[in-house]
Amino acid sequence: MAKVESKKRGGLSQERLRGLYREMLLIRRFEERVEERFRAGDLSGFLHVAIGQEAVAVGVCQAMADGDVFASTHRAHAHALARGMHPNALMAELYGKTEGCSHGYGGSMHLYDVEIGFLGANAVVGGGLPAITGAALAFKLRKEPRVAVAFFGDGATNIGTFHESLNLGQLWQVPAVYVCENNHYAESTPASQQLPIKDLAKRAVAFGMHSITVEGQDVEEVLRAADRALEYARSGKGPVFLLCETYRLVGHYVGDPQVYRPKEEVKELRDTQDPLDRVRAKLDLSDEDFEAIDREVEELVDASVEFAKAGTDPKPEDALKNIYA
Amino acid sequence: MPELTYREAVRDALSRAMREDDDVFIMGEDIAEMGGSMAVTQGMLAEFGPERVRNTPISEMAIVGAGIGAAMQGMRPIVEIMYEDFTTLAMEQIVNQAAKHRYMSGGQLKVPLTVRTQGGAGWSPGAQHAQQVEAWFVHVPGLKVVFASTPTDVRGLLWSSIYDDNTVIFFEHRILYPIKEDVPEELEPIPLGRARVHREGEDVTVVATGRLVHEALKAAGEAEGEGISVEVVDPRTLQPLDEETIVASVKKTNRCVVAHEAVVRMGFGAEVAAVVQHQAFDWLDAPVERVGSKFTPIPFAPVMEQFVVPQASDVLDAIRATVGRSNGR
Repeated sequence: MAKVESKKRGGLSQERLRGLYREMLLIRRFEERVEERFRAGDLSGFLHVAIGQEAVAVGVCQAMADGDVFASTHRAHAHALARGMHPNALMAELYGKTEGCSHGYGGSMHLYDVEIGFLGANAVVGGGLPAITGAALAFKLRKEPRVAVAFFGDGATNIGTFHESLNLGQLWQVPAVYVCENNHYAESTPASQQLPIKDLAKRAVAFGMHSITVEGQDVEEVLRAADRALEYARSGKGPVFLLCETYRLVGHYVGDPQVYRPKEEVKELRDTQDPLDRVRAKLDLSDEDFEAIDREVEELVDASVEFAKAGTDPKPEDALKNIYA
Repeated sequence: MPELTYREAVRDALSRAMREDDDVFIMGEDIAEMGGSMAVTQGMLAEFGPERVRNTPISEMAIVGAGIGAAMQGMRPIVEIMYEDFTTLAMEQIVNQAAKHRYMSGGQLKVPLTVRTQGGAGWSPGAQHAQQVEAWFVHVPGLKVVFASTPTDVRGLLWSSIYDDNTVIFFEHRILYPIKEDVPEELEPIPLGRARVHREGEDVTVVATGRLVHEALKAAGEAEGEGISVEVVDPRTLQPLDEETIVASVKKTNRCVVAHEAVVRMGFGAEVAAVVQHQAFDWLDAPVERVGSKFTPIPFAPVMEQFVVPQASDVLDAIRATVGRSNGR
């Protein structure tokens, strides 16, 4: 019993933890399948997977409420799945099918699903932060208890939209949460070559913004911190900078040979910083239980590929639609 | 019929929309207590309060981006960019975000944002406060672009822009703010994409925008004294463009001059010339003439500025060229 008690540290029930693990595993297996299908030649374009960053996506998205909105980055599959997008809609988009979440107009870096509050993945680093600030302003002006969430990486904290958005958001006290996924690399460039400070929370503090830093490989910690951040913003106290320290266990893009970091670094990160290992260790499940979750998730991913392959190609001339409302 | 200046006409459209609709609000630099650097929003803070007349930091990409976000939630924000030269600072948000969200989302999103801005030469501010940059925006699928030249037009077009479900880049011209005109008591919305024929004529069509509409009308008056009958057409909306009205006019007059204050080279006029030559090739009796600024930044010294920026005399020269008169040179 003592063992179980320690695993309930933080107040999350085993059932809840199991649910979080299942969400994270779905993302992992989905992303692995994306890599595989890209290598097989099925997928076009430019793909960025979030292997290693699943705990941030799941922890933050589970803390969001119906009606909340969010914007993501070029590395968006995890956020989409974690917020409830069906794997079929996501995979179909990667295959360029009309059944995809953006009906084939977007692709991996431009996922959208307005139904779940997803205002867009963004292929311009920092591109989504101003609109999230504006969505939060709309909530404030309309006195709606909703929160707008922006995901972005450490690299984005160097670009103007980050600074202008945090400045404006704090000045106007809008209900926004700015979630920095600090994976310590801006594409290939390590923190040492792009960030003159180590603690990125200082950047938010400089605007007078409330800041929370969390160990981003621990989904329980992320969920707890995100709950606090969203509650703070929703209660009208102003925006929050939520800094999640995380690790990308793969390259910047699918196919990235990662010449910019030693192989040992990746191996060590995989051995010590895998967020799935972290949550597995907290779960009081048998091998059979784990295998059952794995099977269930694999089946979903298999089905998503089948769904996508059987999807409908847009007509070429459909490219001329949706330019204007 | 009340008389309004172009400035008051802009304010009237903004104020009427804000009175009728809580989802309309304005934001920009110095627009509250100061009433905007062009005094367009003077008095609006007192009527609508600081929540809806929002002074902003000097932060163009954030304020345009915030407008995008509020617009995606169904509000109808109007962002003022103090000088069109400063739209450069918000270019990423306008071009990659506002213009493309609808498309990239496969039609899920709308961005009903209006970006008001102004500029133009004629008062020697130098190279960073006097450019005309509308050509950059008409090149971007997903944006609508308006450039109004009279009080009636600016009021009716701004109303339509606010209530258009797309992002509209709305150009005003600084030199036009004081011009006056009787306008109807009731605001009559002017549909986007419809040109206005300011003056009918038989011999030459001048397609002019912004300040050059007024220069073209002056030139037309002088040409009349020389026996040349000039039709002046203002597209008013540059994107979408009312090609039908322009082409019909050229088919009638058989000659065309395009006039704008922006530099000629690669300008909006080049597109108009292409439309005219393609759709009215067999009707043309002369090459399409283009009038605009010389290919330089706008210089400071008033004599140089005057030399670079087109005037009525330049339009008149172009009109004469199309009818085979060389201005005695």
